[in-house]
Amino acid sequence: MCLNEGCMATYDFLFDWMGLRNWCGDSGDDGGGMTSMSQLLAETSGEDVDVSPWETPFPSMDALHEACPSFPQSRELTSGLEEGFLSIKDSLKVVVDPLTQPLSWALNEALWIMQTVPWFIMIPLLMLIAWSVARSLKLVGLVAICFGFLGFVDYYVYTMQTLAIIFVCALTCVLFGVPIGIAMSRSDRVQRTMIPILDMLQTLPPFVYLIPLIFLFSVTEPKLYGIAIILYAIVPVVRLTDLGIRLVDPDVTEAADAFGMTKRQKLFNVQIPLALPNIMAGVNQTIMMSLAMVVIASLVSAPGLGVLVLRGIRSLELGVGLLSGLGIVLLAIILDRVTKAALARINISQSR
Amino acid sequence: MDDNKIKISIRNLYKVFGDNPEVALQQVKEGMSKSELLEKHNHVLGLNDINVDVLAGKTTVIMGLSGSGKSTLIRHLNRLIEPTAGEVWVEGENILEFNEAQLRQLRQHRMSMVFQKFALLPHRTVLQNAGLAPSIDGQSERKYADEARRWLDRVGLQGQSDQYPHQLSGGMQQRVGIARALTSNSDIMLMDEAFSALDPLIRTDMQNLLNALQTELRKTVVFITHDLDEALKLADHLVILKDGFVVQQGEPQHILLNPADPYIEDFVSDINRARVLRVRSVMKKTPDAPGERAGEIDHDDTLESVIALSEGDTALSYRVMKDGAPVGVLDMRKLVRALVPSQQSDDPESARLGG
Ligand SMILES: Nc1ncnc2c1ncn2[C@@H]1O[C@H](COP(=O)(O)OP(=O)(O)OP(=O)(O)O)[C@@H](O)[C@H]1O
Ligand SMILES: [Mg+2]
Repeated sequence: MCLNEGCMATYDFLFDWMGLRNWCGDSGDDGGGMTSMSQLLAETSGEDVDVSPWETPFPSMDALHEACPSFPQSRELTSGLEEGFLSIKDSLKVVVDPLTQPLSWALNEALWIMQTVPWFIMIPLLMLIAWSVARSLKLVGLVAICFGFLGFVDYYVYTMQTLAIIFVCALTCVLFGVPIGIAMSRSDRVQRTMIPILDMLQTLPPFVYLIPLIFLFSVTEPKLYGIAIILYAIVPVVRLTDLGIRLVDPDVTEAADAFGMTKRQKLFNVQIPLALPNIMAGVNQTIMMSLAMVVIASLVSAPGLGVLVLRGIRSLELGVGLLSGLGIVLLAIILDRVTKAALARINISQSR
Repeated sequence: MDDNKIKISIRNLYKVFGDNPEVALQQVKEGMSKSELLEKHNHVLGLNDINVDVLAGKTTVIMGLSGSGKSTLIRHLNRLIEPTAGEVWVEGENILEFNEAQLRQLRQHRMSMVFQKFALLPHRTVLQNAGLAPSIDGQSERKYADEARRWLDRVGLQGQSDQYPHQLSGGMQQRVGIARALTSNSDIMLMDEAFSALDPLIRTDMQNLLNALQTELRKTVVFITHDLDEALKLADHLVILKDGFVVQQGEPQHILLNPADPYIEDFVSDINRARVLRVRSVMKKTPDAPGERAGEIDHDDTLESVIALSEGDTALSYRVMKDGAPVGVLDMRKLVRALVPSQQSDDPESARLGG
């Protein structure tokens, strides 16, 4: 209804009322001197251009821009954000690049090892790991069957790639997440500052992490997807470490104090062992979330089963998509069962 | 051991819980009561001008109703709680001036604690729990195992070393708690309602165990309870707390016969006096009184046993012996009178000062 220049914008009155008309200026409009005339006209014959109150637009940036050309449009906001990010990008890169370089190395090494070790050593090795963690023959059998199946359908390499990435990322999550959780449990202030950050990491859709990371690093670097996975998956292990230590029976920590333990002894001999069931539950969730993210991360060149899923979507290869999806489910089942079994073992040995 | 050596001395100890204890403390010193302080300043009065001497080698029992400040008091002795004002002297040193290292040294080697809810480490075996103190000191399990096993045996836990705490019953867990305190080899044992979580029979067992250990080891025990029977059974010295201050302290028998306050009268009115009172507390002290005696009794006999001996005859009187020598005379009439709680004793001043 208000397409031509001459029409009065709904929120003119706002700028007039605040006395900002001069700041708004008229230079933004093509018509130049014409505009003031048409505005005058509009003002005198305002009653004619009757806008029904039902159609009042929301006072959005664009609507306000219409009333006052100096007011920024929303597209200027997004482009401003982009420019801002690009301008700090280089200095950010100077700091972040060397810090995250080890992640690239670790990922490359892990990918290399998992692909070079021949299958007849790798599969028994994985079975052995399952046995030492879970002590259950049934689980070892499950591991053998799943990897056997995935190898049989020629997905062995992809599976190993996915596993390598999960291994490195989950380990990094534990390495950083547990100390952060401990720091949170010891100080209410740290906890208060960390919780909103964790909430944010947990609620941001995974795709959103990828956007700034793509600008920051080149797509050929493994740390690009490594960081995305870690940011997404670190939350549960941090939260559950904090919770676990805070839930340790205060009577027991008091006894530790009463017998003269140092803070350090108390942490390593009492608090962490007693919080271990919760910490392990966090590790389990972290691993599962790494797996979920590694699929999404194939959008930014993460190798593994996710690539096949993507191929299924992109070139409509239904069979490939379904089979690789099944592979991911099998992997998820194995990882979940093995870590849960480890958790159960801890719980039995110290249930009360 | 020197009989009357003071091991721990608590001097003018105050504790106020709240955001601004210093200001509240001023109010307390000016005589504000616990309930008033809570109402007007929203501070909790934990302890109010406590003065107690704990004698070496004796059992000092601190008694009071729930919320009277018993746990707060005992936690000041090893500084698990910091006081608002006052001093705590242990063997001539004011522990409130200790730095962290000195304090840890005190807790590791000179004081041990037994808890109401046992507070064992659930992920360690019974043996490792008993050896907590040496392990904190850096000793390996192999090194402390013999000592820990010796004390586990002593408290009646032979052959249970490799169990985990959750595999034991409550009574057995508390035996581990006691073994843990004994293995630390400290002179002072703090016991916060150590037997309150146990059922009555086990509880009696544990009291007997503690008494037996005491005759053998002569530790300085500070024991907390809200049960008068338990207090009378264990105490050499009884301290009664109410709303954070000491209502009366002294020899248990003396308090029983001379309650200083209606609060204590209430406390002692339900007790089976015949079973608790001893001959020495009610006899007349005359080493060689002439006259016909129905027999000889020991000064440490309970009145119950004397009643049984006399078969209820109130006309009799007995000669009281201590270590083979006569120390006094007990009239059955006097005995019967002592069984009825007196309205305030004849000599309230002496009652307050205690024994
Ligand atoms: N950390 C604290 N903060 C505030 N008030 C406290 C704190 N600890 C204890 N109190 C208060 O101090 C008083 C004494 O508590 P304390 O635990 O010493 O009592 P108690 O005699 O041990 O009781 P119980 O028999 O129930 O164990 C109570 O009124 C309690 O509410
Ligand atoms: Mg208590």
